[in-house]
Order: sequence, then structure tokens, then C-alpha cells
Amino acid sequence: MRHILSILLENEAGALSRVAGLFSARNYNIESLTVAPTEDKTLSRMTIVTTGSDDIIEQITKQLNKLIDVVKVIDLNESDHIERELMLIKVRATGKDREEMKRMAEIFRGHIIDVTEKTYTIEMTGPGHKLDAFIKAIDPALILETVRTGASGIGRGERILKV
Amino acid sequence: MELTGAEILTRCLAEEGVEYVFGYPGGAVLEIYDAIFRQDKFRHVLVRHEQAAVHAADAYSRSSDKVGVALVTSGPGATNAVTGIATAYMDSIPMVVISGQVNRPAIGLDAFQEVDMVGITRPCVKHNFLVKDISQLAETIKKAFYIAASGRPGPVVVDIPKDVTQQKAKFSYPASIQMRAYTPAQKGHPGQIKKAAQLLLDAKRPLLYIGGGVVLGNAADEVREISRMLGLPVTNTLMGLGAHPGNDQQNIGMLGMHGTFEANMTMQNCDVLLAVGARFDDRVISVPQHFLSSPKKIIHIDIDPSSIAKRVKVDVPIVGHVKDVLADLIGAIQQSDHKQADITNWWKQIEAWRAPNSLHFDQGSDIIMPQFVVQKLYEVTGGNAFVTSDVGQHQMFAAQYYRFPEPKRWINSGGLGTMGFGLPAAMGVKLAHPDADVCCITGEASIQMNIQELSTCKQYHVPVKVINLNNRYLGMVRQWQEFFYGNRYSESYMDALPDFVKLAEAYGHVGMRIDKPADVEGALREAMALKDRLVFMDFLTDQQANVFPMVQNGKGLTQMDLPPHMRNLQIAPPTPVNERDYGNLC
Repeated sequence: MRHILSILLENEAGALSRVAGLFSARNYNIESLTVAPTEDKTLSRMTIVTTGSDDIIEQITKQLNKLIDVVKVIDLNESDHIERELMLIKVRATGKDREEMKRMAEIFRGHIIDVTEKTYTIEMTGPGHKLDAFIKAIDPALILETVRTGASGIGRGERILKV
Repeated sequence: MELTGAEILTRCLAEEGVEYVFGYPGGAVLEIYDAIFRQDKFRHVLVRHEQAAVHAADAYSRSSDKVGVALVTSGPGATNAVTGIATAYMDSIPMVVISGQVNRPAIGLDAFQEVDMVGITRPCVKHNFLVKDISQLAETIKKAFYIAASGRPGPVVVDIPKDVTQQKAKFSYPASIQMRAYTPAQKGHPGQIKKAAQLLLDAKRPLLYIGGGVVLGNAADEVREISRMLGLPVTNTLMGLGAHPGNDQQNIGMLGMHGTFEANMTMQNCDVLLAVGARFDDRVISVPQHFLSSPKKIIHIDIDPSSIAKRVKVDVPIVGHVKDVLADLIGAIQQSDHKQADITNWWKQIEAWRAPNSLHFDQGSDIIMPQFVVQKLYEVTGGNAFVTSDVGQHQMFAAQYYRFPEPKRWINSGGLGTMGFGLPAAMGVKLAHPDADVCCITGEASIQMNIQELSTCKQYHVPVKVINLNNRYLGMVRQWQEFFYGNRYSESYMDALPDFVKLAEAYGHVGMRIDKPADVEGALREAMALKDRLVFMDFLTDQQANVFPMVQNGKGLTQMDLPPHMRNLQIAPPTPVNERDYGNLC
């Protein structure tokens, strides 16, 4: 099953590679991984999307907690949460495709952030499946380049992850 | 007054009460070696290979309550240390390894003798540091010792660039350390402990299964108390030897791949299993599917939550320091108004399993059996020696026939299975316990992996006794080739062996060759009496001897290959695969 783990860790050199190394050394799967410092510069927040049975997720959580740099780990799947991914997608936009592409971007609530005579670059955020849906909805021959971040997640409502 | 980084380091080590540093100098650590020369708080032992430095520090720690310390230079010095670090990591040994690094401006530029030590050791340390700023050096060393020794112990690497050792700064050593991300558990959950007490009192077929955690956690007294109190049979892992006296009637011996018949049968048939500081390793329970026979209830006490439910499902998990948790559990049992279930029939069954003596062997008059040498060593030393071992058949014979009455006397590479461990380990133990008898049980193949340390032993007058069980084969490899590869002895025969007696003499020690069973005891007595000399005893042993009992890979614990005298025994049918779903745990 797909799980989204949220981790607070010390913002120190090598912390990311300890986490990534743990996954590869123990044969766990990483679907995506995003990390950046938080409002507290000494802490980074990392979101990892992974898959596995409940037992494996339990082991992953325990092993993560064992790392000296890891301050806290939660499994966002345990309650309501929000997930967002960012995609930058460059598409060919000429002739009749130009207007169509603009309409599609609007339908998906994307923003065109760069325009040339022949191309649009669209910024789009949302859960991964929405971004997938956009890619599916447009003519694949028109896609020039796609860049996606991994998912970032946060608990809904009062639920927070903080030191 | 300002001190150099190197001086700060030596002062930190002194503050930590370090007695010995095992190491080898080189370019990146010359400043540190100069500071060592100018201090008198601790001694340095110059080994002949960095791997040996780490093993010696490791064994120094295993046999005492101290953190072992090793010091190596950058590049090849650092990589040579990695096997030792991984060995300590697998067995959770508290250790600090200091490695030199090239000057900070040169890091990452493929400088001479540069290697990414932090990167290379990441998967086999509890934690590691690269000291980038001299202002952090003292605090980093404090953290390193704290992390190494607390919680589930383990090795910590501190990589120090040469220019940091040369810089100057004010020295102040923090009295204590606070780390928000690292707060190891101590006390077990009272509710869980109560539940465990209940289960144990209700058990009709209980078993206490103990591992290295009991040795590391100094919980042997508590183990003895709870086993006495409830009359529990006790089995131990390879790492748990001595955590409960091997010569005690309630001790049914080691379990697992080369465990006794009675231990494995008891393990498989018990109804309540109390696992303490043991992690259900594959060499202990083989595959989980075969191990679990229903209605077995498992109570698992461990300081490391990730060790619980890693290989088998657990009914009552208790995270905490084994010594504290056991003390609380003993209290909970005493306070319970529940009466203990009758376990006399269980003991009758265990005695029936014990009766055929699965460790029996025949010592004829012609060829020395390796088991016989260990058995005689046990008698000659009265069980009081510290015994280190290498890895292979001799290690299993040592574990099976030397019935350790005390913890911390058995020093071996359990998790990683490192050949070359025994001799440097014996060195470390002897330095920690100068008045004790220290014996290294080894084989002709293992000893050659770090035999150069005979030279270190000479230089520092370390009179250990080397017991070489020489069968001219990689014994365990040969055994597996007999069992699984149709006797095709591919590359397991050691030809062109050195004359070990002459070799020992060349290093300035006493060499002995023993090839008759009748001479074994006399030779051992003579060697043990030479208190101030290293004696290398080369026992020419039976080339065919195999380790029994044996559970083959993938089989259930009760599906043992038994020694010849037990082959006609009626053994219980293999336990059926359990209904509980263990699909994803193995």
C-alpha cells in the first residue's frame, strides 16, 4: 500500500543521504522524496512516498526513528492529510493547439508562466493523480519537457508535526 | 590557553577515561600522534593492520564496560578499519573510531590518501561525524562517546581533517550532552510488563531465550533471578553465551543452526517465549514460517524498537533497557496474586530431549577431535578464561563445549562472522584484563587473516594463548560442501600451510605442536602455566569432524542433522507452517 511519511530531521550535512541510504540498504522502496528547511533553520522537513505492507511501513518508521538525525516521523496516511506536487510542463503551442492548450491549462487550474512563439510553460500543482490526468488529457506529441517535484504532505486541521 | 585540535582530542579522550587507544599512524593523523606522544593519560597500542586495531578496541569493550577506541589515518587506514567497524555494528559494540581526513580545502578533490569515510561507513555505524570546525571538536567527541554507549550501543566514527587537528582553539569539555533527536528508552511500559508477568505465570511450556543484549545490558543477575523464580528453561544465542551460566542445570544450551537438540526442540514446542535482548536472527530461528507453531505467545524485551517484530510477530513488545525491564518484570511477578502453572511435565519432556546428549562425540586414541580440545580447555581453565574466537567450525565448537559460567567471557564476531577477529580480540581482552587467562580459539585459515598481530603481542608483552584447531581445511566451508555440494571441495583446502611452531618462534613466542589426543591436556596445562609468554598451540585435528547438530538453511528448527549416535532417534515430525501470516516478514 502507498504511504506518505513526514519526517523532521536535523538540518545537517549528510542527513538526507542517511535517510536515502537507509532505504536502499534495507531494500525499501522510495517513490518520491522532497526535502527543504522549515521555518526553524535547524530543522528540515522531508516527505517520503513509499509502498509496502503494514509490517514493512512499521519497520521503515522504526528504522527512521533510529537515525540520530531524525527528530520525528509520522505516517500521514493515519489520518486526513493534504498532498501537493508541483509540475512544470513545457508544451508546443502553435496554430490551433495554442488556444486549446491555454484552455486545458485553465481547466486544470494551471498557470502559463512562460510564453514564446512556439511554446508555453505551464505551472501546475495538485495531488499526483491530477498532474497525471493533465498529461493524459493533452496530446503527447506536444509535450516537450516535464519536471515534477515529489509530493509534499501536511495533516489536515489541528494535526501538526513539530518539535 | 589555546590548544591544537590534536591536543583537544587527546584531552577529550582523557576526560572520557580512555585507557588504551589502538591505532596506526599516517600522514593525516601525525598531529594527533604528536599530541599522544606528549601526554601520559592513556596508552597507545601500535597494531600491524588497522582492522586489528578496531577488533582489539572492540574486544576491549566487549570484555569490560568501557568504550573501545581506535585511531586510523585517512584513505587506506580508514578503509582497512571498515571491516572492524561493521563487525562492531552487527554486534552492537560501543566503540569510537577516529579517522584522519585530508585538509578541508582538499576534501572532494581526490587528494592523496583521501576517501569519503563518512560516506563509506554510513551503513555500518550507529552514527558518524565529519568535524568541519575546531569549535565543534570537543562537543563532537562527547556526543560520539554518548551515542556509542547509550541506548542500543554501537560504533561511532569521527572523521577529523588534518588542518582541524593543527588549528588552535580554547578547550572546554561539556559535562553532559543533550540531543533533541536522540533520547533512548530506558523503562519498559508498565502495562506491557504486567501482561508479560501474567503470560509467564500461566505458561505450561515456558522458555527464556536470551541474547547479546543481556550481556551488553549487564542483566545476567536479573536473568538468573527470573529463571530461578519461575524454574524456566534457559537457552541462549551465540552472543548470549555466559549471560546465564552454561553449567547450570536450567541452561539447555545454545539454540539455532548449531544449537543443542534440547534447545531447538524446546524453542519450537514452547507455549510462551520470553525473548530478552535477542533478535530472532536467521542463524537462530531459521525461517520464520517454520519457527512459529501456534499457540506460541512471544514476549520480546529489547532496547531497540526496530528489533521487535522485525522477523517474527510479537504478542507483548517491551521496549527498554533489559536490566530495568527484567527488574520490573520480576517485581510484577512477585506482586501478582496469580499462581504459577505446573511445569513439571514440561521439564520431563525437556530432560527426555536432553538425555541422548546431542553434543556427544567419540575421542579415539589416534586423531585429536576438535571438540575434545575445547572440552579439555574448559576443564583446564576451570571455565574462568576469556575466550575469543575466529569464525568457522572452531567457533561453533568453542561455543558448544566451553560452558561459560559468566557473561563477557566469550568474545566473537557473531553478526558479521569476521575471520581474523580472534587474535586482535584476544589482545584487546588481555589489555583490559591483564591478570586473566585469555585464549584465542582459532583455525589455521582464520588465524592467517590477522596473524601479523603476533608481532604486536610481542611488542606489548601480551601473553595470550592461541589454540589453533588445525584441520587443513576451511572447516565450515568443507562441511557445507559435503552437505550441499556433493563433496566438491572447491578451494577449501589450505595447502602450503606455514609451520606454525616456527612462525610463532619467529615472532618471539613459544610454539607447540600437538598431534595425539593423549597430549592435549598436558599441552594445555603447560601452556596455561607459562603465564608471561604467548603460546601458540597448533593442534592437528581430525580433518573430517563436522559440527552437529545442524539445522540446514531453510529448514525448521526441529529438522536437525544429528550426530551419528542419534540418527535412529524418533524425532517429532516437522512443525507445520503456522497459520499466522508471515508472508512479508521473511
